[in-house]
Amino acid sequence: MTDRDREGIALELIPEREGHISLKTGSGPGRIACDAESLAGAVSQRACVFCGARVVINPVADALHLIHGPIGCSTYTWDIRGSLSSGPELHRLSFSTDLREKDVIFGGEDKLYRALTELIEAHRPRGAFVYATCIAGVIGDDIKAVCARVEKENGLPVIPVQSEGFKGNKNAGYKAACHALFNLVSRGGRRDARPLSMNILGDFNLAGELWMVREYFERMGLEVVANISGDSRVEQVMRAGEAALNVVQCSGSMMHLARMMERAYGIPHLRVSYVGLDDMAGSLTRVADFFGDGKISARTRELIEGELQALEPELARYRRRLAGRVAAVYVGGAFKAVSLIRAFRSLDMQVAVVGSQTGKESDYDEIRAAADPGTVIVDDANPLELAQLMQSRGVDIFVGGVKERPVAYKLGVAFCDHNHERKRPLEGFAGMLNFAREVHDSIFSPVWRFIPRAGSGQQSAHGR
Amino acid sequence: MAGNFVSTTNPCRMCRPLGACLAFRGIEDSMVLLHGSQGCSTYMRRYISSHFREPVDIASSSLSEKSAVYGGAESLKRGVKNVVDRYSPRVLGIATTCLTETIGDDVELIIGELLRDEPALREVEIIPVSTPSYSGGHYNGFHDSCVALISRLAQGGPRGDGVNLFPGFLSPADIRHLKDVMDGFGLSAVIIPDISETLDGGIVDSYRRIPAGGTPLEAVRRTGTAAFSLEFSAATPGRQSAALLLKESFSVPAERLPAPIGISYSDRFFQAVSRRAGRPVPEHFARQRERLLDAMVDAHKYLSGKRAAVYGDPDFVLGLSSFLADVGVVPAVIASGGGGREFISELELACAHLEDPPEILTYTDFGEIARAAAASGVDLLVGTSKGNHIARELQVPLMRAGFPIHDRIGGQRMLHVGYAGAMALLDLLTNTIIAGAQDELGYGYSYM
Ligand code: SF4
Ligand code: SF4
Repeated sequence: MTDRDREGIALELIPEREGHISLKTGSGPGRIACDAESLAGAVSQRACVFCGARVVINPVADALHLIHGPIGCSTYTWDIRGSLSSGPELHRLSFSTDLREKDVIFGGEDKLYRALTELIEAHRPRGAFVYATCIAGVIGDDIKAVCARVEKENGLPVIPVQSEGFKGNKNAGYKAACHALFNLVSRGGRRDARPLSMNILGDFNLAGELWMVREYFERMGLEVVANISGDSRVEQVMRAGEAALNVVQCSGSMMHLARMMERAYGIPHLRVSYVGLDDMAGSLTRVADFFGDGKISARTRELIEGELQALEPELARYRRRLAGRVAAVYVGGAFKAVSLIRAFRSLDMQVAVVGSQTGKESDYDEIRAAADPGTVIVDDANPLELAQLMQSRGVDIFVGGVKERPVAYKLGVAFCDHNHERKRPLEGFAGMLNFAREVHDSIFSPVWRFIPRAGSGQQSAHGR
Repeated sequence: MAGNFVSTTNPCRMCRPLGACLAFRGIEDSMVLLHGSQGCSTYMRRYISSHFREPVDIASSSLSEKSAVYGGAESLKRGVKNVVDRYSPRVLGIATTCLTETIGDDVELIIGELLRDEPALREVEIIPVSTPSYSGGHYNGFHDSCVALISRLAQGGPRGDGVNLFPGFLSPADIRHLKDVMDGFGLSAVIIPDISETLDGGIVDSYRRIPAGGTPLEAVRRTGTAAFSLEFSAATPGRQSAALLLKESFSVPAERLPAPIGISYSDRFFQAVSRRAGRPVPEHFARQRERLLDAMVDAHKYLSGKRAAVYGDPDFVLGLSSFLADVGVVPAVIASGGGGREFISELELACAHLEDPPEILTYTDFGEIARAAAASGVDLLVGTSKGNHIARELQVPLMRAGFPIHDRIGGQRMLHVGYAGAMALLDLLTNTIIAGAQDELGYGYSYM
């Protein structure tokens, strides 16, 4: 702990957690322990493999999503995030085999078979995904075999998702999801690439964000073959092999799929981010450059200029108000954290604490490169650490998910949800304006005038 | 539910360890550790926190694939040590999950070994509870935990004049009201568990690892010497009754009642307390009852003939159904994700004066509730926010009550019990119905 103090982080930690927190001192490389299992007894903010798989695949709106496990795993993931669909909404129902004692003893394969058969009959989906949970894993049900049988009998894709919760963290769930999605893609197979066409990977259409970016690409003159998985359909995913390029957001969740498609079909991929103006504009430009088509490039420039111009006056107002404020960022994927650091910088704000639940070594390298000197970087944090960091770093606003919200509020710190529960788009050009507005409105709410900052021993430190 | 059950569509119950998390949260200086995979604990924290809007820390032994095969003893031991180290609880509940129940970890044995190796840990009351979700739901886990607390901690002794009150899972506002009632009767009551502060706290100057409040450990120990116990558990089987356990172990007289929701059940509660305390209902509460009666008369024409589908936890739904039947709304469909014999027979009594018996669904899901509500042509839904999809589909209002309420604020502050609670529910119910009628009439009437 003395090392920490020397670095000035001033944190009490469980000894095993030490390596998970570091301070960006200069530009030199640092190391952070990550991608390890969560520590027993620490209150991790992480979810399980199943959770990761479920959120990635679930937006496929005309598929039946059946959870093979006990009830809770299904209760807690029912309609868990608002992935909008322009058509069917079968994905908003939570189906479970609701395993009972006798299934655990005698096995749940027969029940799974009957559940699938009945539900397919009742809901007529275009395909089905069957998610394995921890219990399905331990009782050793052969989910693959059941899926194959039901697929043959009903003539529709029935795809097992190997997402037993204990097999790792969310990252492993993303991998399991990508395997399942690739299973579906491969049924369509590779056909001749359509010129000027692409797939959008890794956007889940929260608050209609996918529709927004899809429209950008279409305005540029590109054809979007499949969006996986926001507002997608089984047949659309099966056509993904026709695209000339995969554009991948949120490296954590969909890179596996992009790589599988590259390996199998030679479809190249580009990593992009739609969070923040620079990253959004840069992403569109890189996609345009990929196609090397003068007309597309010209249209892209025009689009970006137009969008930026429309935003600037209002954004300038927020920038004036927010300049010098301090943010903490704790999100699921490290890639988003990097975009948020840049987004805050464009508001003349500073990010003092940045972390992710499931970042990998290379992600943290990127975070370190993007962060200002003095920024605390943390992997798989627990609420006690987050609370201490918020207090010791003088944070004005915390960006995270709903689990962190009450911690911030209790400490008298403003909050912005950049996770599952957002209802207004935060991606894209217009999304940046929403983001600035949310950050501004929370920081400048009059309620803080009545609330002492925890640990400050004084009235609000927001200083208004 | 029918014997040919093979799947659930939109579950109407949470899992059993979640109930343990709620119950232990009502014990002072306590923490819970779930023995299982990390995901279960993260899910439950989010689910609880989104209703109460409070930080909810639930530790996990974070089993990996290896421990799922070879047993989770080492993870559990490490987990206990780390939670104690970080949170310094006086009480530590250890609830099992489906995973550790299935692989057959013997928590008692593992903890025994741990205490032998680490005598310092004996300072902490470690209380294992078995909560496999493949039998039962969160309401069972809640009662399991109360029983475990009592069986571990309660001590006998000369009979005092204290009172034990086991409220079951109600809102923090309900618990605060119950305290006022007991105070009003001049009784010194211990409420177990007491979530009134721990799940509905204020802004504080410094962040506490474990929020202030809850039933003190010493008070739980004293329960064996109380004059009597009251328990709101009419819809719960006797083997899950902490009050009955105290009766068996220490001869503390026990009275099990329905949760006092609505005037009928509130009368039963106030009469029981009055009889035991040997004094009449205090003026303050008698006046509340008079105002409630007045309000029921004012409201009755808006409500008469309306039909509702009501759903949620067995004990809570029993109370809500009785409340609706009291004020003239027919509980046409009564549903719970659980509900055994006790639940059904109490409901039949509560609804005996209705022209048509209600359709009672037990161990059901929202798929079935939707079908039953549509078939029965209900005018509104009453229950948790998880019925919002059905309300949208049927285009009827949803009056939110119970747990969870994830799409509105204030669930933790809703008062349901006593005459004051009945009044709050009545206003909410009547205004929900009036608002619907006003919209439907289309004229924009200025007087309704
Ligand atoms: S495995 Fe069991 S304890 Fe865990 S979330 Fe699922 S139902 Fe609940
Ligand atoms: S049982 Fe496994 S799959 Fe289900 S929530 Fe828990 S960790 Fe996840």
